[in-house]
Amino acid sequence: MYAVRLWSVRHARGLNRFYQAFEKALVALHPLWNRIGYDKLEQPFQKLEKASKGFLFDCQMCGQCVLSSTGMSCPMNCPKTLRNGPCGGVRPNGHCEVKPEMKCVWVQGWQGAARMDDGLEKIRNVQHAVDYSIKGKSAWLRVVRMTRKIGEFAPKPVKAPVAKPAAPKAQASEGKAA
Amino acid sequence: MNPDLPPHYDPGAPLPNLPGHSSGGRLERILRSGRFAVTAELNPPDSADPRDVYDRALVLSEVCDAINATDASGANCHMSSVGICSLLTRAGYAVIMQISCRDRNRIAIQGDVLGAAAMGVQNILCLTGDGVQAGDQPQAKPVFDFDSTSLLNCITTMRDKGQFLSGRKLTTRPQVFLGAAANPFVPPFEWRGDHIGKKIAAGAQFIQTQYCYDVPLLRQFMEKVRENRLHEKAFFLVGVGPLPSAKTGRWMKNNVPGVHIPEPVLERIEKAKDQKAEGKQLCIDLIQEISEIDGVAGIHVMAYRQEEFVNEIIHASGVMKNRKPRRAPRPAEQTQSGPGALAPAAS
Repeated sequence: MYAVRLWSVRHARGLNRFYQAFEKALVALHPLWNRIGYDKLEQPFQKLEKASKGFLFDCQMCGQCVLSSTGMSCPMNCPKTLRNGPCGGVRPNGHCEVKPEMKCVWVQGWQGAARMDDGLEKIRNVQHAVDYSIKGKSAWLRVVRMTRKIGEFAPKPVKAPVAKPAAPKAQASEGKAA
Repeated sequence: MNPDLPPHYDPGAPLPNLPGHSSGGRLERILRSGRFAVTAELNPPDSADPRDVYDRALVLSEVCDAINATDASGANCHMSSVGICSLLTRAGYAVIMQISCRDRNRIAIQGDVLGAAAMGVQNILCLTGDGVQAGDQPQAKPVFDFDSTSLLNCITTMRDKGQFLSGRKLTTRPQVFLGAAANPFVPPFEWRGDHIGKKIAAGAQFIQTQYCYDVPLLRQFMEKVRENRLHEKAFFLVGVGPLPSAKTGRWMKNNVPGVHIPEPVLERIEKAKDQKAEGKQLCIDLIQEISEIDGVAGIHVMAYRQEEFVNEIIHASGVMKNRKPRRAPRPAEQTQSGPGALAPAAS
């Protein structure tokens, strides 16, 4: 909701502090997540994330959350989905070029960043183009896997060919079972 | 033919890169040598006739170091920047190919970068692009796969690491001088200086700004730039343009995204007997004032449908005083055999 989204930017410092503690807890709970299985957790986490971040930030579930680097103003609400700052079309009143009734996501973002502890440093990080292959996935679980260097972030095995013969076997056994 | 030259010598071929240069282009050489640079925008034709491009380029060529080929600016459909660059590079012009993120995704853009570099494009300006709502076809699907900063990062990767975003290797790297746009004249004013630093960190080597009609705002922006020592990392070219009338100025202010024209400026033109002449004089005055600002490396002239005045404005402003006007490259070929040979057979 638009009004809540603006509230979140005004309270960027508190929200960011809360999230930093929350992220630490998430990472610390990795043994638990691992036991349940990240694949099993994916759907419930997606729902939880969509409900909470959707309410607070109008989250669009890009799957690679950068709110801490954008002053708690979700860049995916920018009609141009800009992730590195405002375009040159911002209106004199600070509203969006494309949606004149909406405040520019990035004017808001810079205001939010100025309120945060390390917002003005983090907003300088150059964000790469969005990875659309993970759109809709849980960004929280991704952060845990990234921090713990597991799953897709696991260091690549030195001898890649070793894994290859295993794959067809697995497929074959699956085929038999079916 | 000069016997000292190799048999394959082509006077239109790009110059070799100087040490420390990213491209072999004229614009980079002018800027790095510390001379005041002038770039100008070519108004893209709504036509399939190459002569329309050559005619417009010819009037700009004498006074500018590189010609900007716009990529559907204002989200209005025109001849593509790739097409214009293809024509201009084969006639020996230095061009700045604009790439907007609005219309193409990362697959198309990376391919265009390679194609452009192969044609001899040595400067690329990375833009976000105006929203589709601003143009003549608001029904279009906006792409915005990249934003200008991630686009800069992508082309820098291609040039400096020799690979696509995916990591796949390139056999020959695109040797291009990279630019970005800045608009110091719209909010958030206090952060515009920081924002441009981000683009420079992502690989921007030169910056072209939106139309400047408000010098105090530009000074404020350049102050921030100097404070962050960004003028030592990138060359700032400030956008200027003659206003044909106060009415057009008002229209631009209200309808072209990102154009800011203060009311006193419009009043000055409105009061004049000859509004067109006053518009030119205003542009000349602005160029002189802007060129004095510390950290400004050049100007970028956007004379929409007034290309014929660019020459006069630049000479009158005196910014080229220490440089000889260049002869337009190979004019005979441009006006007769070159484009003539390319023109549709029916015409």
